[in-house]
Amino acid sequence: MSADMKSRPPRGGMLVDGLAQVGDCGLFLLNMLGAIPRSLRYLREISRQIWFVGAMSLVIIMISGLFVGMVLALQLYYTLSIFGGTAALGTVVALSLYRELGPVITALLFAGRAGTAMTAEIGLMRATDQLAAMEMMAVDPIAFVATPRFLAGVIAMPLLANVFSMLGLLGAHLVGVTWLGVDNGTFWSNMTSNVDVWKDIANGTWKALAFGVVVSLIAVFQGYTAPPTSEGVAYATTRTVVFASIVVLALDFVMTAFLM
Amino acid sequence: MNPRRSFAAGTGLFILLGFAALAYLATQTSSVANFSSGPTYDVVAQFDNVGSLKDRAPVKVAGVRVGSVKSIQLDSQSMEAKVTLAIDTRYNDIPDDSFAKIMTSGLLGDQFVALSPGGSPSVLKNGSRIINTQSAMQLEDLIGKFLVGGSSPAKSSSTGAAGGKSGG
Repeated sequence: MSADMKSRPPRGGMLVDGLAQVGDCGLFLLNMLGAIPRSLRYLREISRQIWFVGAMSLVIIMISGLFVGMVLALQLYYTLSIFGGTAALGTVVALSLYRELGPVITALLFAGRAGTAMTAEIGLMRATDQLAAMEMMAVDPIAFVATPRFLAGVIAMPLLANVFSMLGLLGAHLVGVTWLGVDNGTFWSNMTSNVDVWKDIANGTWKALAFGVVVSLIAVFQGYTAPPTSEGVAYATTRTVVFASIVVLALDFVMTAFLM
Repeated sequence: MNPRRSFAAGTGLFILLGFAALAYLATQTSSVANFSSGPTYDVVAQFDNVGSLKDRAPVKVAGVRVGSVKSIQLDSQSMEAKVTLAIDTRYNDIPDDSFAKIMTSGLLGDQFVALSPGGSPSVLKNGSRIINTQSAMQLEDLIGKFLVGGSSPAKSSSTGAAGGKSGG
């Protein structure tokens, strides 16, 4: 099945091609889900991939989170001070981070940092016939290459999103309390009385999990089906970022509407 | 240490950090932090109007949170709102003639149920009913009363003639 996937001849217009790609992507997801029991034999590979996509993304996630929290506190302080409501700064920052910015910005950064790496790596494996060699040795490339990366992305995304929100809160506290002089007790007590574990934190974690699924799926699929040329791999990497960003932002709207 | 083991250790550390972040957010920055959901007992109170009281709104005695609103239903017999309050069993000595009021925190804040303790020697138990209640203050009613002045607003607005007279 991998052979006909990579060399699909152009059959129709752009619409038909696009639909065919969405269909292929769905089938690929089913293939990977079916391969999960087999790929659990490669636990060490999964853990290595969590290291690559998760732990190695920590630095960019933490720095971005800190700065997003800081600028959020600055902007919201300005807006809230118009209405004399700077006491609500902690609440507004925490709710924006947990519900929206944490999952979404983490997913966009994750697509850029880890998604592209997955696509390029798998695309080059295809281009240098490593996947074909694995099939020769009776190692299923879906179970050994695709599924561990997919699972690692799904596991890493919610964890990264929570780290992002925590650092964002720290940044907002630095700017709001240390610099702009919002009272420390007010900042925390308003936050703790208005943030709900299930409505806000769990909500954001579900979103992050869903974004982890779509970003990892798009990245692995684009790499797996990339044309085996240097140009093809470059193009597939670009498409990973473009598609993943669009799907994440669109899915975010839909999920927010449903989880509200 | 061989490189494989250091990968595994790093991955473990990363997962630990992620869950630590989640635990921190969930316990230190949310409403779980200031109220532990231990064992509770249920008390029922009926109100003419609950305003915008919501499930899980706080129940307070003297400003101290003692429980939360468990459910709000319409009692089809009396056409009143039947509010079930879940009160922490630590506070098992609230007199049963206490007064339940729906109050607003701040001018436009969330609504909560305030219990003013009475003087009865018997206390509220699981399934007890609070008889003395006062409904939520409706800002619209107050504004209406203020605009119309001393005359009763219900009478003057119910007939078109009276409305026309005050308008002219």
